[in-house]
Amino acid sequence: MSGFVEPIVGRYVHVEIDGEINRIYFEENGTGIPLVCLHTAGSDARQWRHLLVDEEFTRQFRIITFDMPWHGKSNPPDSQYGNEYRLTTATYTATIRAFCSALRLDRPVVMGCSIGGRIVLNLAISHASEFRALIGLEAADFQQPWYDTAWLNRPDVHGGEVCAALVSGLIAPNGPVVARDETLWGYKQGGPGIFKGDLYFYRVDGDLRGRVGQIDVRQCPLYLLTGEYDFSCTPEDTLRTAASIPGARAKIMERLGHFPMSENPAQFRAYIAPVLQDILNRQNT
Amino acid sequence: MNPDAGSTDRQSVPFDNQVVEAFRTIPELLSRDEKLISRGRLLDVECLLGPTVQPFHVTIQGGRILDMTPAPVLMRSWRFAYRATPAAFRAYWQAMPPPGRHDLLALTKRGEATLEGDLHPFMAHLQYFKDLLALPRRSGLLGAS
Repeated sequence: MSGFVEPIVGRYVHVEIDGEINRIYFEENGTGIPLVCLHTAGSDARQWRHLLVDEEFTRQFRIITFDMPWHGKSNPPDSQYGNEYRLTTATYTATIRAFCSALRLDRPVVMGCSIGGRIVLNLAISHASEFRALIGLEAADFQQPWYDTAWLNRPDVHGGEVCAALVSGLIAPNGPVVARDETLWGYKQGGPGIFKGDLYFYRVDGDLRGRVGQIDVRQCPLYLLTGEYDFSCTPEDTLRTAASIPGARAKIMERLGHFPMSENPAQFRAYIAPVLQDILNRQNT
Repeated sequence: MNPDAGSTDRQSVPFDNQVVEAFRTIPELLSRDEKLISRGRLLDVECLLGPTVQPFHVTIQGGRILDMTPAPVLMRSWRFAYRATPAAFRAYWQAMPPPGRHDLLALTKRGEATLEGDLHPFMAHLQYFKDLLALPRRSGLLGAS
């Protein structure tokens, strides 16, 4: 309907990360338990727009999502223009903690997808007490690379086209066409070298093999959900990771791939609803 | 479990005439897809594509297939080759392909396809080649999944 205004509100918050103020764009809707959502590598927070307008979830959760620095409407830090972007475990962790602190969120739930799912595991290892629950989508301690990231940023290949074409295969077949197109559009709009820089964390700096056994889910519950069509972070990768974390809950999602929240929001809803309900139940007991 | 998994060696893969015949329909299917041709409008390349048991030399100009000839052709060169086992193409062309066999690079990750040569034209037109090699899926030549 022309004229319909969505309830999502977008604003900027100034966040100090690694000694520098970053102007971070975030969107939110709802009231209740803060639920911070982290986008995938090379894309931005628009991936969560369907969750943000879910009438049932937003009655119980204050759902917040933000564009990482260098992504979407969050510019690079002023001092970093011209430098090669490389996301590290330390900076990624610091960014999430600083964002939550800047908004004065009280033990939020954090849900991340892909690189966001990997960093959720690091939050569970190192900062569990700061969070109410952690949800990793398409998350594993490590996964086998399947292409050379040098193709993502070179002058003789269109970066947006190649990024989108690479990840297109991570979307489950026969989902909603518009949702697929929109998911890929996010990749076509990324800044030069940003997807590649995010994957530095994913492939090089963020290998958590041998460390996830330290996670204590009694301190902070951990949920892992992976789409059956994700051949980057495969169901086997997630199940292997979950098997090494006593008490972690893992679920393989049918007819979904690497971008569950944006590639097929209705299908994803069926899987995330029980997780959010479980978090609410724990809150009330 | 696919008995061909992990091997694209021509000698060890059984010939699948149905898959080869389905592959032969690609030029005709492409000729009816102006949108896909348009996506490849800047693509001129000689490449080797198809089932491991019977690959084809494919000449593409401006996104159109001008020629597709079964290999081997004496001393014909190519810039890149994408070859997958017949079982991999059979799975890839299902209306609802199974997980791990729904994408060209999922197949290479599984070892059911190989990508060789100068990859620049393939990577610069990656979605074009994904959609090109998926065309037999539309015609349902291999039956329902």
